[in-house]
Amino acid sequence: MARIDLDLAHSYKPDPLQDADYALLPLKMVFDDGGAYALLGPSGCGKTTMLNIISGLVQPSQGTVRFGGEDVTLKTPQARNIAQVFQFPVIYDTMTVAENLAFPLKNRGVAPERIKARVGKVAEMLELSGQLNQRAAGLAADAKQKISLGRGLVREDVSAVLFDEPLTVIDPHLKWQLRRKLKQIHRELKLTLIYVTHDQVEALTFADQVVVMTRGRAVQVGSADALFDRPEHQFVGHFIGSPGMNFLPAVLLPAAPAGAVTLGVRPEYVTLAREGDAGALPAQVLQVQDVGTYWLVTAQISSSALQNLVRMRLAPEANPPRRGDAVWLGLLGPRSCWYRADETLISEVNP
Amino acid sequence: MKPVNQKAWWLVMPVFLCVAFSAVLPLMTVVNYSVQDIISPERRVFVGTEWFASVMRDPDLHEALLRQITFSLSVLAVEIPLGILLALAMPATGWKSSAVLVLVALSLLIPWNVVGTIWQIFGRADIGLLGATLQGLGLDYSYTGNASHAWLTVLVMDVWHWTPLVALLGYAGLRSIPDAYYQAARIDGASKFAVFRYIQLPKMRGVLMIAVLLRFMDSFMIYTEPFVLTGGGPGNATTFLSQYLTQKAVGQFDLGPAAAFSLIYFLIILLMCFILYNWMQRVGTADKAEVGHG
Repeated sequence: MARIDLDLAHSYKPDPLQDADYALLPLKMVFDDGGAYALLGPSGCGKTTMLNIISGLVQPSQGTVRFGGEDVTLKTPQARNIAQVFQFPVIYDTMTVAENLAFPLKNRGVAPERIKARVGKVAEMLELSGQLNQRAAGLAADAKQKISLGRGLVREDVSAVLFDEPLTVIDPHLKWQLRRKLKQIHRELKLTLIYVTHDQVEALTFADQVVVMTRGRAVQVGSADALFDRPEHQFVGHFIGSPGMNFLPAVLLPAAPAGAVTLGVRPEYVTLAREGDAGALPAQVLQVQDVGTYWLVTAQISSSALQNLVRMRLAPEANPPRRGDAVWLGLLGPRSCWYRADETLISEVNP
Repeated sequence: MKPVNQKAWWLVMPVFLCVAFSAVLPLMTVVNYSVQDIISPERRVFVGTEWFASVMRDPDLHEALLRQITFSLSVLAVEIPLGILLALAMPATGWKSSAVLVLVALSLLIPWNVVGTIWQIFGRADIGLLGATLQGLGLDYSYTGNASHAWLTVLVMDVWHWTPLVALLGYAGLRSIPDAYYQAARIDGASKFAVFRYIQLPKMRGVLMIAVLLRFMDSFMIYTEPFVLTGGGPGNATTFLSQYLTQKAVGQFDLGPAAAFSLIYFLIILLMCFILYNWMQRVGTADKAEVGHG
């Protein structure tokens, strides 16, 4: 177990010229020992590349990877003593569950009785004890995924366990169970877990710290609350939340601070205001949807010639406006966020 | 009562007719020949199982069968491992892989009798590259005079002709293994051999099974190449079953014994394939827990 420091950039092309050539733009990142992290972002954002660089399957084209201060950039996955669980369950078809679990230890020349004890312990933890003598090939996807995880956990001194969208092929009702199992293992073993996913619910429920990535850049690292309330980059506001943050040109609002180009406000924090209220804008309701747990209202700001749409969430017991109604929307509050031209958050706003 | 719809018969009719005319009827003609002594087109006598009995006791046939089994097993023993090695060595991507694929597949495109002719010339001591080279090295190589040389030449020729098929099948099997398996193996610290033994070989099982069956059946029926190369000689050294059968049926026009023999031949191939297939199905898939429970 060790702290993981990244200070690197990676391009799959031999001589990258522009930003788009990089799978990972130059970044610095620290994963603390024993933390549960998620790398969250859309497909192609570089999250799997970062994971593979940590595990050593990919060597960064520049920079270093450090485990507990030691430079491991050129070391193999085996030497880094890392465990990785892949999107599709990887099991050794011809082996039984027990042999699968024993394989990494056998390859490292661990004594047979020691292997047996470890396999028994890990199987118990993963609730695989009853299937130890079965062939792994015949099991369901979730059991196979547990075996892949188990092959990582049998090594006591494993530096970190990495997950690459491990629940993709698992049935929805089993996803919850498996994720709970992961949390439980994290609590019991205090391992560093890094979890790649494009599913915000998965990331936010699993991890203490979520790294939001887009186009080769880690735009924010933070807790679920921080990502929700103070998105440091417009992408985070847009990607996290359902629906994502509303963005409006700052010029619509006289209260905009210097340098602000865009106002971001979550649909949850938009309110119905009275005519002429400070920080409120007139709008016309385009659509009202009953989403079950809330009303989703889509309105268009009337004071601008451009099509500026604002979505708001209203509690189910609220009396929503009707389609076509003219309303005033309260957009400014303690949780409104102002963004610069480069889409980053203005953190200190002086009124 | 549900009304019975007889229309379904029309739907199975085409298959029924095809199979009848392509397999069942010809086979029945052979069955018909096998139980009669055909003295002339007008005169024939029913002899029952007499031909079967005499064919089964034929020492020449026993020898040919033994030779055939030895040959087929040798073919499998050489071509399967060699094909796997070739498949492992072939580049996986890029123009190199395309080029190698074409090169490897070349020998498969050559007609059987041409293969025989190529090797006939290739092995000649006076003008053939192989024959002359071996002679030059001081080996008294002659596939026409020396029985074991002839036998080896037929084997090497078959290996040259058909190993690419095994290699291509194995290559297809290898390419279908997702990268994650190799990555997981690296993380688990598996050696190169362990990767082969526990990932590549099990994943190639399906295609290798096809390769073994194809190569076994084909080599068991081998005819054209040895016919062109050695004509079954010297002596009977390269007379395999189908050659022996042809000699009987076409050469000596012993239709009765030849028919009885071909039925036995057919049953042997069927039996061998059945055994091979079942054995290969079980290899590496038997549940170890089930074995324990009996």
